[in-house]
Amino acid sequence: MLHGVRLAVLSGWQSAEAGFDWFFGARGNPLRHLGAVAFLLFWIVAATGIYLYAVLDTSVDGVYRSIEHLSRDQWYFGGVIRSLHRYASDGFLLVMVLHLLRELLHGRLHGFRWFTWVSGVPLLWLSVAAGVVGFWIVWDQLAQFSAIASMEWLDALRLFAQPLTRNFLRPGAVTDRFFSLLVFLHIGLPLVLLLGIWIHIQRISRPDTRPVPWLTGGTLAALIMLSLVAPVRSLPAADLSIAPAELKLDWFYLAPNALMYRWSPLSLWWLAAGVTVVLVTLPWTARAERKMVAAVDPVNCNGCERCVADCPYAAITMKPREDRRQGARLPVVDPALCASCGICAGACPSSTPFRSIAELVSGIDMPQLPIGQLRSRLKVQVARLRGKVKIVVLGCDQAADVRVLQASDTAAVSLICAGQVPPAFVEYALREGADGVLVTGCKECDCAFRVGNTWTEQRLRGEREPHLRKTVSQRELRVVWAGNDQLRLRRELEVFRDQLALEPAAGTRVKGGRA
Amino acid sequence: MRKSFVFAGRVALYAVFASFIGVFASFPVYRHLAADEALLKLSFSHAAQLAHECRRRSPEELEKLAPNMRVPLDCSRERSPVTVELRLDGRMLAQRLARPAGLAHDGASTLYERFVVPAGEHELSVVLNDNARVTGATYQRDARVSLNPGQVLVVDFNPERGGILLQ
Repeated sequence: MLHGVRLAVLSGWQSAEAGFDWFFGARGNPLRHLGAVAFLLFWIVAATGIYLYAVLDTSVDGVYRSIEHLSRDQWYFGGVIRSLHRYASDGFLLVMVLHLLRELLHGRLHGFRWFTWVSGVPLLWLSVAAGVVGFWIVWDQLAQFSAIASMEWLDALRLFAQPLTRNFLRPGAVTDRFFSLLVFLHIGLPLVLLLGIWIHIQRISRPDTRPVPWLTGGTLAALIMLSLVAPVRSLPAADLSIAPAELKLDWFYLAPNALMYRWSPLSLWWLAAGVTVVLVTLPWTARAERKMVAAVDPVNCNGCERCVADCPYAAITMKPREDRRQGARLPVVDPALCASCGICAGACPSSTPFRSIAELVSGIDMPQLPIGQLRSRLKVQVARLRGKVKIVVLGCDQAADVRVLQASDTAAVSLICAGQVPPAFVEYALREGADGVLVTGCKECDCAFRVGNTWTEQRLRGEREPHLRKTVSQRELRVVWAGNDQLRLRRELEVFRDQLALEPAAGTRVKGGRA
Repeated sequence: MRKSFVFAGRVALYAVFASFIGVFASFPVYRHLAADEALLKLSFSHAAQLAHECRRRSPEELEKLAPNMRVPLDCSRERSPVTVELRLDGRMLAQRLARPAGLAHDGASTLYERFVVPAGEHELSVVLNDNARVTGATYQRDARVSLNPGQVLVVDFNPERGGILLQ
């Protein structure tokens, strides 16, 4: 039931992503780069916060006045900065929740991903805490409402000798020191948040933290426009002898305050604890299939470190060799971090199928689908091909199933990830008799293993090692990141076949070279 | 043509993003109190009287103690719980017992509670006992209060400032 709901929502989400792709392209699609957009918003909040701190008067009498002066007398700059600070904070929380939802829908939280998922949970609460404290600094009626509501919520746990709410009982109860404390918290909590984000991305190599320039510019421009059209204004100054009746609440951060009065403080605690427990335990709710991890073969490894550079999850490190080759180093795979994607095998120069050894063994390989077996499978399948235009399709298990394309004139080999395919396999398939090779996998910027299709594309374009030799012409190779779009894949295959039929090769390949 | 369409689409999607943030940053308006309601807050932090009478030590008992420990009175550290009753227009609004803090129950008894009440004229009655050795009220205050809509009336307790305080 839940699985069905997840798949249905995921389907809707992917349709939205496809729609956004049309306007932004995959590289600039905010829905595909939510983590990077969150980073951008965090830095906008930090930069604007530094300015606001510089002009803030932290005395009880001056704090409201200094912010009002900024918003009204200096609306063209200070007011925009203030609004930008607020709206970027709202956007940050929104994008964080969407990021969490996206990973949840894709089921990217089980197995080796548990650490990244679990370390993201406290970031949510830290963001809320840092944001809520920021509202109090303004010390208007909204601040008064939120501060008292939050204190009542904390008091429900009876952790403190005196109810914290007593600090807000009557006019005059709040002093300058309160605002010094708030500023300390409003700077300290985001710093802890930043530390948490750093921990969150520790098990990811080359994390996506910088959106492309047009996404950065567009997001910033949208928030500046919003700041000009609907500048943030304070409510009347706080007065503890009066309880404000109506409030323009910022629902992103202050909804829990309102919810507490609708329910009760303890109910809200149960909700917060329940959500936390559910989120933290989610990675273990589904039994993750324990896959075989990458294995290193010291005899065939020359220590080039390409597997280290290409591993998307920082699962491979280099250690000194213990055999006779003094000074050389050997990759070591951490089984707890390995995603079993095979991208390392695709990166290994010893994975080339042209090696003349009796049994093809790679320096680093996937035991469940070793390179040697892949070569044998490809060789057998190409040999069986008949027809005018013979095509080999190299696909991946994470995207559309390529095996359904198998036909008398089409050989289909599915890998764990498109990144597992060493570029030399394309040339090998052509030399064995194929007229063209179609490589497919997850959609652009949507690889199940983060970078499989990116690395493959770069390798095939000759921009990344191991690269595809220039002897393979562009007409013989087609790359289609179709994702799960089976129809598109089939269509592209037919277009490719028609093109190959119309434009025959300049020569005929034979084993060992072009004739 | 396609370029313009893509650009317009981008602008529209950014506008949706910004509008979503802009709207939920202040709407819908939250009504914390109705127009004819006020707030009554009952709160105190008070170290109540000792829970038990002190006992005078006999000369024999004092003799057994070290010279520097010969205090004539033997007093338990435990303090009384504070009981409080709050009535509004004769109707019981709250009847609470605040136990002293600490493992030895020797700390202050604290309480904080808020009540949403109708604005207007009310008869308020507060009865408080901070001594377990005394039956009935040790402090009592009856007052006629007038609450404006949205007004916060704090019922506090401080024996050094006259007992039950209405602020």
